[in-house]
Amino acid sequence: MARREAIEEIMKSIEDELVVCNIGFPSRELYDIMDRDENFYMIGSMGLASSIGFGLAIARPDKKVVVIDGDGSLLMNMGSLVTIFATNPSNLTWIVIDNGAYGSTGNQDTYAQMLDLADIAKSVGFKNSSDFDDIDLRKMIESDNASFIVYETESGNSTAPIIDITPIEIKERFMNAINE
Amino acid sequence: MDSSEAIYDAFKDIGIDFVVSVPCVNLSKVLDMLDDDDEIIHIPVTREEEGIGICAGAYLGGKKPAILMQNSGLGNSINALKSLSELYEFPLLMIMSHRGTEGESICGQVPMGEATPRLLEAMDFNFFKPTNPAGAYEDIMESWDMSVEEGKPVSVLLEIKYW
Repeated sequence: MARREAIEEIMKSIEDELVVCNIGFPSRELYDIMDRDENFYMIGSMGLASSIGFGLAIARPDKKVVVIDGDGSLLMNMGSLVTIFATNPSNLTWIVIDNGAYGSTGNQDTYAQMLDLADIAKSVGFKNSSDFDDIDLRKMIESDNASFIVYETESGNSTAPIIDITPIEIKERFMNAINE
Repeated sequence: MDSSEAIYDAFKDIGIDFVVSVPCVNLSKVLDMLDDDDEIIHIPVTREEEGIGICAGAYLGGKKPAILMQNSGLGNSINALKSLSELYEFPLLMIMSHRGTEGESICGQVPMGEATPRLLEAMDFNFFKPTNPAGAYEDIMESWDMSVEEGKPVSVLLEIKYW
């Protein structure tokens, strides 16, 4: 199983949650699998998916937020683990698809291959930190704590096309959908 | 209105309700004022770039965000400011303690302090350099409207002599 199938699996559990998706092929694949106004696709700023999702979760405690992140992006913004743990927004579920590779740039290896990311989040202090195979995603989304979930997959990209809406359209339709 | 109150009062009058920060000694009093204000969410962050992402998410959720930081943090966040804030036209008010300016005692602050205005110019971002509290209040008020209108971050640089 590669990332695309993991995103398909994740989206089976999504109801009206707001989804923030990592830059590159993850966003292209999500756009191809299940485009919706409540998806925020990152077009730039690698590493910041969890930060954007966190800011959104704090701003909107009435909504549930799911972040689809990647291992290479997590390694670029490890401080986010600390900020999110310390603030513990119960409405945030942070899923890291760990394929051990910088997928969008040609599948170069990441150091995540040498790490157990769920153990790292646990050691930071996350009460909910698990492998995707061991949990019911719906229960984690509904949990009273911020959740960190690692979804291990093989590397590789699908043939998902480039996202053909502009960043400003992505933002405006997202804001219209959630602030109406 | 002292140098810190000018910033806080402008935030209140604009309706800034979400602030992220990486501290500077010159920002200490403003940070304390924010922590005492239940109407403003204040999130200390580990690195300025992370804060830019958090502010973007907060704006998506309907907040009016600002970041408080040293100018050194500009270097830590340039890519996010261009390829997140500007790309999606996220308004952002940036209040920077501008170190490495006249009166600086730490030599390590000088290179980035000298480069900061030129970096902002190169990024094509507007910025203000008020010299007293009344000017800072006016400039901060104008910065938010300008940021919304332009869809780009606008900065207020507060040099050592300002405080």
